[in-house]
Order: sequence, then structure tokens, then C-alpha cells
Amino acid sequence: MTTLPAHPAADRRAEATDVACTHCSLPVPAGLVEHGAEQQFCCGACRIAYAAIRECGLDAYYDLRRRLEADATPASASGHRFAEFDDEVFAERHVRTMPDGLRTCELYVEGVHCAACVWLVERLSRVVPGVVGARLDLGRSLVSLVWDPTRVELSAVARGLDRLGYRPHPATQRRARESRKQADRASLIRIGVAGACAGNVMLLAAALYSGMLDGIEDSTRHAFRLLSAGIGLVAILWPGRVFFQGALAALRARTWHLDMPIAIALGAGTVTGVIFALRGEGEIYFDSVTMLVFLLLFGRWLQERGMRAAADSIDLRNALTPTTTHRVETDGTCRDIPTEAVEAGDTVEVRVGETCPVDGVVVSGTTHIDQAVLTGEPRPIAVGEGDAVPAGAVNTTSVLRVRAQAVGAETRIGRVLDSIARLSRERLPVIGRADRVAKPFVIVVTSLAALCMLIWLHRGWELALDHATALLIVACPCALALATPLVTAVAIGDSARRGRLIKGADVFDRMRLCSRVFLDKTGTVTQGRFEVRSISGDRCLVPLAAAVERETPHPIAGAIAALDVSREASEVEVRIGQGVAGTVDGARVAVGKRGYVEAMTGTDCECLTADAAAAIGLGQSAVFVADSSGRCAVIALGDEIREDARAMIDELKAGGRRVSILSGDNPDTVRLIAARLGLGPEDAIGGMSPDEKLGVIEHALLEGPVAMVGDGVNDAAALAKATCGIAVHGGAEASLAAADVYITEDDLGQITDLADGSHRVVRAVKACLTVSLGYNTVAASIALAGLMSPLLAAVLMPASSLTVVLMALGLGRSAARAPR
Amino acid sequence: MSAIWIVLPLAILFAAIAVGAFIWTVKSGQLDDLDTPAVRPLVDDADEHSPADRPAAGADSAPGK
Repeated sequence: MTTLPAHPAADRRAEATDVACTHCSLPVPAGLVEHGAEQQFCCGACRIAYAAIRECGLDAYYDLRRRLEADATPASASGHRFAEFDDEVFAERHVRTMPDGLRTCELYVEGVHCAACVWLVERLSRVVPGVVGARLDLGRSLVSLVWDPTRVELSAVARGLDRLGYRPHPATQRRARESRKQADRASLIRIGVAGACAGNVMLLAAALYSGMLDGIEDSTRHAFRLLSAGIGLVAILWPGRVFFQGALAALRARTWHLDMPIAIALGAGTVTGVIFALRGEGEIYFDSVTMLVFLLLFGRWLQERGMRAAADSIDLRNALTPTTTHRVETDGTCRDIPTEAVEAGDTVEVRVGETCPVDGVVVSGTTHIDQAVLTGEPRPIAVGEGDAVPAGAVNTTSVLRVRAQAVGAETRIGRVLDSIARLSRERLPVIGRADRVAKPFVIVVTSLAALCMLIWLHRGWELALDHATALLIVACPCALALATPLVTAVAIGDSARRGRLIKGADVFDRMRLCSRVFLDKTGTVTQGRFEVRSISGDRCLVPLAAAVERETPHPIAGAIAALDVSREASEVEVRIGQGVAGTVDGARVAVGKRGYVEAMTGTDCECLTADAAAAIGLGQSAVFVADSSGRCAVIALGDEIREDARAMIDELKAGGRRVSILSGDNPDTVRLIAARLGLGPEDAIGGMSPDEKLGVIEHALLEGPVAMVGDGVNDAAALAKATCGIAVHGGAEASLAAADVYITEDDLGQITDLADGSHRVVRAVKACLTVSLGYNTVAASIALAGLMSPLLAAVLMPASSLTVVLMALGLGRSAARAPR
Repeated sequence: MSAIWIVLPLAILFAAIAVGAFIWTVKSGQLDDLDTPAVRPLVDDADEHSPADRPAAGADSAPGK
């Protein structure tokens, strides 16, 4: 095999040709086109994936992909070793041994998106001998593996998946997934049983109705009625039990719940029905009662499914955070182990670009760490031997060894996650719109039923009971109970397709109420990375500075290096926390702090003092550049405001909301950014620690509901406390766990869409509720007049439900859609 | 008296069997994933049976027990 280029083509789009990569179909960069070759690759990873697929005779994947016209491009191999998958701790947590000696494990896989992926992943046994089976759940990106431990190790299986282009990750929260699966199965069984009961009772009812017209033998009629009662009892006592349980739970908690009127209707219908069926006379309503149970269960299941999908996507995103740690063994070598196996006192290695897994102290190496997600401070901090490094900090410059002092839940970030769990539990639930209707509903319906009894009592108790029961059944808030779940389910599904993952059904209600919005600064309204803002002094130095900076991985250096690519630097030396020096075109050039630059080049930078001070006054960082021939310059860098931030804030304000910035960064910087976004100094709150952010939110909550938008760990507590917490693209794990909504796309317009959309969703729910209440009113009046019959009820009930379902589907979809 | 006294219990019995079969499919995990089967393409493999058919029993039925 030819040597593999290190970087994927994406970095060099500019020089791309119109030759498409055989594996991923992206354009191949000019330098990599092999003239005359049948296969072309944009990078080494694609070449590996292609070779793996070919070797195992799975070429059909490419045909299949072409046939499906799947537009998503396949992922490419990462080349990771996956040694941690063989660790005992990993096996204990994720792997199960089956009675026949085979092992099974579930892994999240990155990059599965279409039928061709399913086909390829499930043929893993041909790529890795020893794999007995692989089954992919596309919705959850979860693959169930079965392998023979005597023939192959899990790390080899993982490497096989990776070679195909699907990087595996350990599937976290196994217990939660297991209990979710059991709950799913239970509700499916309930729906199935309720559906079967409803169908069979309806057949019997059809026979009875036609019997009323054409005549029916008395014994047959009696038997059919008894049978209806029997099947009806099964439906009520088995799947229908959940409504009685719900009503009882609400009763015990002394609140009102929509399960109450449902339970009353079902209970009244069943008891009266059984009495009348046994007596052999009087109307029975088992067809309506069983249908009610089925429709209600089905509506709830649809809603849960929508929210489950959002929760699954969030789980997957959380699982993508690396869970491997390089532990330094006693002999000085590194061993890859699962992060959960690290103990306090261990020494771990943190490589460039990796996140520190523990709270600890640096034992060797000097580097810059980026703590933006932890503190909101966008500038990287220089650390050396003896300095503390928190878990969650990203190493940006060079390899570091850290002795762990606290691990897992004991780390600062772990405690933040704990407090989020507590805050989320404590938060008051917003009582669902439909449940608010429950109280007047129960009172009105029961008094109407009592009134009905009184009116008709003079014609005998059987007739009175029959009419009252009919009233209770037709007034059952079936359509009412379906309306809210369906509209929200449709809106949640539609939002997910648009890049907004919504965790709860009440998010729209919460969001609509928010009259104040707090925005985090770093990474939310700003890019969260440094860009060159101005250059003063001798501009001829810029290409030289870029050449020197290209040699270091510091984030500020990246911004300067991007300015020019025409020169090459040699003899580059880096001093962490000070700057970089090198030789370009024979002259010595230094970039960095003023003292360092002056010392390295002997050039006096006095003339630039004012420029540097001005940049710092604007909340920017000033970097000095000088060369040995006496030229000098200052490059000012700042965290640039996102292009769409102003539009978002203006739209939120136009919607009548007060917008404030809440940041951990320097108060002066926050004020400047706020002013550029059209916000006054009273709405620019800077220098906030995570606890102070939480305090601000708590204080604001006293005046009314608030929304919080953020991305970092330092925002997490505030996100959890706010009425509606929104985590934005690229957010930290903690903020995802805390937020109600996660925006998956790098687009702030999503936030205004959510705010507008929530108004439309609530309006749609109200419309559906009005229509279903209208149906109930009409039906109850008919029943009160004593004109209701089982046949009319059987027609009226599904008709009302159907109207509301159709309305909900139409309105829900258009409500989530932004009118842009 | 008519055939109905034979047919009716028989119909109920069949319905009960169908419900029982449904419960079994759910409990054995066959309906855990409602999305993937729709896209799992029916591609004929050149050699004997596809390996993807077998793990269904191995990977999915075990967790339920």
C-alpha cells in the first residue's frame, strides 16, 4: 500500500479537483490524484475503508449506495487502537457472557445513516473472523455484537468496525436503556391487547346493531352482550388499568390530572355495562369504552416515541465524548484504559487536542489549556509543572502528564453534573395545559351526570343510570387527551429534523412563557475562538509572523498563521506562555509578549504601547511582533461575534423579550460585546462564576419565567434552573444534560425559531382543545336530553378523535415550521 | 341453536392465540427497533444465507431473559 497522507482532504478544499473519491465521493485534492488509476482516494482513511470493504468481498455496498442514491457520505477510518475495550473494567460494565460462551456487547457507532450502512455493518462477521453476529439499530445508532472470545478480542472487532468507517464508542447508561426498553415493550403490549379487544368488541357490536334492525334471537343477543362485557373487562383491567393508576396517583398527590375524567368515564361505562349485560337489558357501551382505551394508549405512545428519539440523539452525542485515558504505567509506558478505570493517584497522559479526564496536578510538560467550556474564559492559559488542571480542560499545545487528584464524580465537573441532576429534580413542573382543564372538566361532567340522573329518575333507575352513563362516556375527554400529546409529538419530531432536539413535552409551554432571555457570551453569541481584528505598526511583518506561528499549535497562533502562507520559517523555538521565535528570510522574528519579543530581537516596541492598550481596552488580546532589523507591529485578536447574533437578539426583543448577556468573561469585554449587539450596560453581566450565574437566574425567576442559552459547563447549573434551558451547538456534556433543548446546528436563528414556534404550537394545542371541547359539549347535551344511543356514541367518539388527530397532525407540522 | 355456538368460541380462541403471539414477539424483542427493518434492504447474498439473519436470535433474545 502506498504511504498515507496525514490529513483529510477537507483541509485543502481549495485545491480540490473534480475527481471524486471512490469511497466517500468527496473531491480528491490535486496532489493526490493518481493518473490512470481506477480508484481515487481523498485521504488515507478512505483508502483503508475501501480496502477493508473490498478484501471482504463487500463491494456490493457501493452498488447499493448508488442504487439508494444516499446523499450522505460514508465516514472514514480513524485508525484508533481501541485497546481500552479489552480492559477488565470495560468488560465488567459493558460486556455480557452468554450461556454458550459467546460474548455480547452494545456499542454506539458514529456515521451510520442509511440502508447501505445497515447492510455493511451487519456483515461485520466477514470483515472480522470470530464475530458471530452484528445487528444495527439505525434509530439509536446502536450495534449489538455477538462474538467468540476464543477467536477474537473486542478491540479487534472495534477496529474492524472502524476500518469500515464506523467508529465505535462504548454505549453508556446501559441500565437506563434497559429499563426504557422494558417500558417500551410494556406499552406496546398494552396497545396490542387494547386494539385486539376493541376490534373484537366492535365485531360483536356490529352484529348487535344489525340485530336491532333485522331481528336477533334473544339467546344469541344475550350471549353476545355477555361476551362484549367479558372482553371489555379484559381491556379495562389490563391495558386500561394505567388510567386508574394515573387517576389514583393524582388523587394521592392532591392534584388534577386528565386521567381522572378518563377513569370516571371508563369506570362508569364498565360498571353499568356489566350490570346491564348480566341483567340482559339496558344499553351497553363496551365498543366505545374499548375504543377509548386503545386510542388513548396509542396517542400517548406516539408522543413518547417522539421524545424518546430526541433523548436517544442526546445520549449518542454524550457517548461521542472520548472515554479513553492514557494511563502512565510504572515503567513509564502508556496504556489505554477506560476513563472510568482511572483512580486518584494515577498519572495520565493528555495529548494535544485531548480533554483532561481528571482534576490533577501537572507532573511533566508545559502547555496551554483551553478552559472555555468550564469558565467562559476564551483565552488559553499557560500551565507548567505543579499547576492544577481541571477535568474538562482541553490541551492545546503539547503533551502533558497529570497526576490525578480527583476522578469521576469527585471532579469539579462531576460535581456540576450532580448538582444539575438535583436542580432538574427540584424544578417545579409546568402543569400541562390539558391537565389544567381536568379540574373544571371533572366537576362539570360529574355534576351534569348527577343532573341527568335526577332528570330521568322519574322514568325508573335503569333509564336514569343508562342516560347518565352515556353522558359520562361521550363526555370522556378522549380527543382532549389526544390533542396535546399529538400536537407536541408532531412538533417535537419536526423540530428534531430541523436541528432542535427537545427533551420534554412541556418545553413549548415553558418557552412561550419566558419574557427574559439570558445568553452566554463565549461560544454562544461569539465564535468562541480567536480571530485577528486589527494590525498596527509595520504590516510587512505579517507574513513573517504567520510563518513563525504556523509552527505552533496554540489557538492564537492558528489565527495569525491563517493570515499568510507565502513564507517558511526555520529554527523555530517556542516558549510556553511567552511566545515563539524563528528565522525567516535570514532575519530573526519573534511573536508573543512584549518583554519576550524585545528580548529575542533587541527591538524596542515603545512606539506601539498606545495601540496595544487600545486593543486591550476593546477586550482584545494584543500580540507583539518584531524582527532583528528593528521593525515592530501589534496584532490585536478577539473572539468575534457570530454573524447571526445581532439578528437573533433583535428578533427576540421584537417578540417582547428582554435579552441579557451572562458571562464568565471580563465585565468590560462583556459590556463592549453587549454594546455592539445593541444591549445596554444593565444587560451585560460579566465576571460571573457558575454559582453567580445560577444566582442571577434564581433572582430573575422571582420576577417571571426566564430562558437561558449557553454551551459550557459553567452555564450548566443556570440551564437546569431556568424555566427553559437551551444548549447550543458544540456544547459540553454537562450543558446537554442540563438543557431542555439542544440546538444541533451552528445557527442561532434556531433559537428565535424555537421562541416563535412555541407560540404557534401552543396556539395549535388550544385550537385542538377547543374543537374537542365543542364535540364534548354537543355530545353531553344530546345525552342529557336522553337521545344518546350506543350506536351514536360509537360514531361520535371516533369522529371527534379523528378530527382532532387530523387537526393535530396538520397544525403541529405547520407550527414547528418557521415562516422564513 | 346454530353453528354460532361452535364458531364463536373458536373465533375467540383464535383471537386469544393472535394476542398471545403478539405478546411473544414483543417480549422476545422483535419489535424493539421499529425503524431499521424498514431500511434493511433485501439484497441477495451470493453465498448461502446472510450472516445478518442469525444474530437476531443471539443478540436480541438474550437481554430479555
